[in-house]
Amino acid sequence: MNWQPSCPLENLRARAELYAQIRAFFSSRKVMEVETPLLSCASATDPQLESIVACLSVNPGSLPRNVYLHTSPEFPMKRLLAAGSGDIFQICKTFRNGETGQRHNPEFSMLEWYREGFSLQALMAEVEALIQAVGNVNPAVQLSYRDAFLHYLSFDPFIISDAELAQKANELSAYNGPELSRDDTLNLLLSQFIEPKLGRSEPTFLTEYPESQASLAKVKTSANGYKVAERFELYLNGLEIANGYDELTDAQEQIKRFTEDNTIRRRLGLNEMPVDENLIAAMQTGLPTCSGVALGLDRLLMVIQGAAAIGQVLAFPIDRA
Amino acid sequence: MASYSTSEFRSGLKVMLDGDPCSVMENEFVKPGKGQAFNRVRLRNLKTGRVWDRTFKSGESLEAADVMEHDMEYLYTDGEFWHFMMTDGTFEQHAADEKAIEEAAKWLKEQDVYVVTLYNGAPLSVAAANFVELEVVETDPGLKGDTAQGGTKPAKFATGAVVNVPLFVNIGEVLRIDTRSGEYVSRAKS
Repeated sequence: MNWQPSCPLENLRARAELYAQIRAFFSSRKVMEVETPLLSCASATDPQLESIVACLSVNPGSLPRNVYLHTSPEFPMKRLLAAGSGDIFQICKTFRNGETGQRHNPEFSMLEWYREGFSLQALMAEVEALIQAVGNVNPAVQLSYRDAFLHYLSFDPFIISDAELAQKANELSAYNGPELSRDDTLNLLLSQFIEPKLGRSEPTFLTEYPESQASLAKVKTSANGYKVAERFELYLNGLEIANGYDELTDAQEQIKRFTEDNTIRRRLGLNEMPVDENLIAAMQTGLPTCSGVALGLDRLLMVIQGAAAIGQVLAFPIDRA
Repeated sequence: MASYSTSEFRSGLKVMLDGDPCSVMENEFVKPGKGQAFNRVRLRNLKTGRVWDRTFKSGESLEAADVMEHDMEYLYTDGEFWHFMMTDGTFEQHAADEKAIEEAAKWLKEQDVYVVTLYNGAPLSVAAANFVELEVVETDPGLKGDTAQGGTKPAKFATGAVVNVPLFVNIGEVLRIDTRSGEYVSRAKS
């Protein structure tokens, strides 16, 4: 039996130390730690996320029904904000079906926090302060999505035609398979040719994503006149560590995006996901203007400990769970 | 024939790609937090030996290749084909052509066992062991007193291979050779 932990015991100690530092960091900034359910009657509608389904009977013998293990604590945390919680953070396990690899485990640890009245810039400054408090890193830099493509791949992702983009993907990435959507193609090129180079000498915030990749972020017009998402991703050593939004607060827009997600899911032959009516109701009551970020703790630990694979920082990855 | 999805790609798995049998070397799952998941796969084309890097959408599948590796004893060559026999008790014989034999030809010793890869039942490639022990049949006389240091000279083996060996080596000695680099390793322990 492979009963032993896959990671050195010192990495378990490093995790305990990391969590203590994070809690001290937020305590000193008056951000409250909260807990929300892992099981939920609704989950992410994002077509690229697959929730793990659990079978729940609330009482012995009661009719079992499907509930979902959350893919992030975002929805219930936003309900707390709408209820007047003020600034909050959470350290929790998060679940994503089918995601296993060198940097992925279907069950992983996430730090998520929300700051009322924070701009995306203010939140990025706080993310930077946090990673400097827990790791030995240089001052961070910011790079826009457009500049990253111009610099590493010499084309403008906002104006390149679909045909030219598809040709780039074929030439560069030896892609083998059915036709990809524009966003999928951009993601393919980003993940293969840009991400590995980001955050090598200093933490890098990638900003101003195309509007079509806004997810749950607000949309604004950039200095160059493009519609961009108020969203950032943080990279350290080529690893995607955190994803932040200037949070969408408009309930109508939120319903529209959920509905669009389910339309795409139908087209892809995936199950439609129940929309989180509790979140919608909370947003209709009023979600305070806020920025929020989700940070992968296992990956942050990989960077701090110099681990090449996620299994080196987990006691028992899925193949030993 | 069965097919395998990207999540089942493991090192050593044999699949068909662009009409050729390939062996999976590496498979990396790549997925942005928001966005399509991909698998970056490194494969070796078993016909040409060339290494291919390909990217697949996660969940895509490839047909399995009918490729099997067997231990076989080398029997003899008739000049055109090299004949091998299964060691599993069936005594089944297979003839490998020059394309399948390639570099292995110069290391083949009768009655030794080699790994023969069959594709659709016919030999696709023959792998010599990493190290072989061969007898020197031709070389300049050995220099007395010369140790491991110093120059080298060519030596020819019974299989036809020529390898640079230390000056002290004599005809009739059995030497250990690394077939991957084609270099002399040591005298064989007798």
